[in-house]
Amino acid sequence: MTNPTQTAPESDIDVVTGRSTTGHSWDGIRELNTPLPRWWLWTFYATILWAVGYWLVYPAWPLISSHTTGLFGYSSRAAVALEVQALEQRRDQQAAGLRTASLEEIKASPDLLRVALARGKASFAENCVGCHGQGGTGAPSYPNLTDDDWVWGGALKDIQATIQNGIRWTQNADTRMGEMLAFGRLGMLKKEEVEQVVDFVRSLAKLEPAKGANLPAGKTVYDANCAACHGEAGKGNREVGAPDLTDAIWLYGSSREAMIESVHNGRAGIMPAWASRLDPVTIKALTVYVHSLGGGQ
Amino acid sequence: MTAQDTIPDEDGPLYAAAEKVYPQRVKGRFRRIKWALLAFCLGIYYFLPFVRWDRGPALPDQAVLVDFERRRFYFFFIELWPQEVYYLTGLLILAAIALFLMNAIAGRIWCGYLCPQTVWTDLFFAVERLIEGDRRDRIKLDAQGWTASKVALKGMKHFVWLMIAWWTGGAWVLYFSDAPTLVKDLATFQAPFSAYLWIGILTATTYVFAGHMREQVCLYMCPWPRIQAALTDSDALNVTYRFDRGEPRASVKQAAQLKAAGQPAGDCVECKQCIAVCPTGIDIRDGTQLGCIQCGLCIDACDDIMGKLGRPTGLIGYDTLKAVEARACGTSPPSLRIIRPRTLLYAAIIAFVGGAMMYQLATRAFLNLAVVHERTPLFTTLKDGSIRNAYTLRIANKRSEERPVAITLDAPMGTTWEVVGAQQTADWRPIVVVPPDSTLDVKLFVTMPQPQAKGPSQMIQIKAADLSFGENAIVKDNFFAP
Repeated sequence: MTNPTQTAPESDIDVVTGRSTTGHSWDGIRELNTPLPRWWLWTFYATILWAVGYWLVYPAWPLISSHTTGLFGYSSRAAVALEVQALEQRRDQQAAGLRTASLEEIKASPDLLRVALARGKASFAENCVGCHGQGGTGAPSYPNLTDDDWVWGGALKDIQATIQNGIRWTQNADTRMGEMLAFGRLGMLKKEEVEQVVDFVRSLAKLEPAKGANLPAGKTVYDANCAACHGEAGKGNREVGAPDLTDAIWLYGSSREAMIESVHNGRAGIMPAWASRLDPVTIKALTVYVHSLGGGQ
Repeated sequence: MTAQDTIPDEDGPLYAAAEKVYPQRVKGRFRRIKWALLAFCLGIYYFLPFVRWDRGPALPDQAVLVDFERRRFYFFFIELWPQEVYYLTGLLILAAIALFLMNAIAGRIWCGYLCPQTVWTDLFFAVERLIEGDRRDRIKLDAQGWTASKVALKGMKHFVWLMIAWWTGGAWVLYFSDAPTLVKDLATFQAPFSAYLWIGILTATTYVFAGHMREQVCLYMCPWPRIQAALTDSDALNVTYRFDRGEPRASVKQAAQLKAAGQPAGDCVECKQCIAVCPTGIDIRDGTQLGCIQCGLCIDACDDIMGKLGRPTGLIGYDTLKAVEARACGTSPPSLRIIRPRTLLYAAIIAFVGGAMMYQLATRAFLNLAVVHERTPLFTTLKDGSIRNAYTLRIANKRSEERPVAITLDAPMGTTWEVVGAQQTADWRPIVVVPPDSTLDVKLFVTMPQPQAKGPSQMIQIKAADLSFGENAIVKDNFFAP
């Protein structure tokens, strides 16, 4: 064992291997000099050259209000824009079949259906979820589109008409009109009459009426004021958007308070007409998509 | 100790110029093995893409194909989908452990005989020898000035190298597309740009690595020599200079004089043939070392010399460190222990992983069903108070035929179901047709009447029954209710 302290300064040669050392010594352990191959150094210089080339070819240096654009004016944003454009072109080609086919034809063809559902889903997420919720689940006063209860009709053409023209959207001449009057607020019904008719309607829907409710009185009020729109049996009328009062689905909630509120203040929810915002192909795709959510008739 | 003591007066070189290695031609057992393996490996590499394998009209008929466009990998009778890429993990584990096992039994067999770097470098050496001549001629040629004949020889060598490199790149891209079609497209400049780009990349790497970098790749770029050094043990066979027999080195004449004087003389005559033939330019007599790829060519060279001198061959040979050291101490060498804990362990891992993969492959389902429950909404209340849940079914048909699949349910009485876009059969089972070798997403609506629809959830079973092959896939999922 060589004692490092006794190693003469001139001997930076390792005794065992006969190779030179770097001269570094840690606790008497010396490091062999194992030089890197020269090509390694060249590789390093080549990367520097590459970087210089990169500065020249690509946008690289920030300037005060912009940046160097590179020799060929490359921009990743422009590249993405081109790709998006190409994608849109491809989508238009796919949608070409939707343009001429009827809604029923789209429904019957697996290929058209796939395109329509994909396009409809995307458009729904962009335009409809704000009110109708993710997946069309709805919210109080915004109809659930996945159930089988339709205020204005759940056939393909009904859904299409609703999307195109909206509901109570007065800018559109063909919009769906119909109104639940504010029977209480306008003085058409007294407070106890409102409660009587609500209890009667609850009995139609097999909901619990209030204790000691006067159902015959409620029926009298109902026949005089409500049957014109909601029908004698309470089955509703889609022509005027009068909902079915006998089923398990309540757009504004099924509590007695919510129903009293409806009769007292009326209801007139609004849906915009989309004909002026979306192209006909997208509206077709949306129609088929909404129809496919589970309630389509 | 002062700083003056430790820092040398002049800094040593931080960079070393690579010394060019001029391996000499050699004949013998290991050279023959290497030629045979070279022909075998390169034969597979260059010609495998042209082997055909019939999979029916809907699927490609190339035996080995990585189809990125349709996301399939084909290997003879095996077809893998992207979600089965774990087979690749298994293969990598097998490859690593096989490498360990090889190393524990006989050292760097991979480096010496099978590694692409070795195989192509060997081929490029052969070309170089054929055009520029053997070791002496090449050293002379490099030393002399530029003459017309030198330009011609060098030019020819690089041309042939580039052609081989180009074929190498060309064969590579054939694994990713139908080979005969791609060859035709490449020749008529109709092939996609990526094909030319990859041929270019592989041409460049082959030419640079096998023609110019050679042993530098093994010495500086490859991690395996370092790992190997940590994995080897004194029971493993390695290409070994038997120093017990070779030392002290002496020429034939010196040896005779030494022996006459009653002094020991080894068999090594210092002819340096082992160094001359070495493709990495090392001296095997320095012992097992990082630069030694254990190709065995020095064994052939030494055996040749020993044969000429009338001495027994095997001064350099496959031997274990234990045996050499035992003989050096004058004891008899222990017998070769191929079966030892580490080889058994490696073999066991290989058997386990290989067996698991084979079992998985043998029981691979050709019909898969994945079910995702719709979350918005979790359930829908219908007019009559019954509850409906929606599911997305992803049906994978891994056969090359179109298959009609019926969707049935194991759920409480009165439950009805419907698949969007499906045909309904007479017995109310919705039927969807899944195209060959692809997946189909469909939406399933399940409606449960009251009072069966109990909240918050109950288990139902969804079954996809293939009507043409009789295969079934069953998935359990929840049915939610208020």
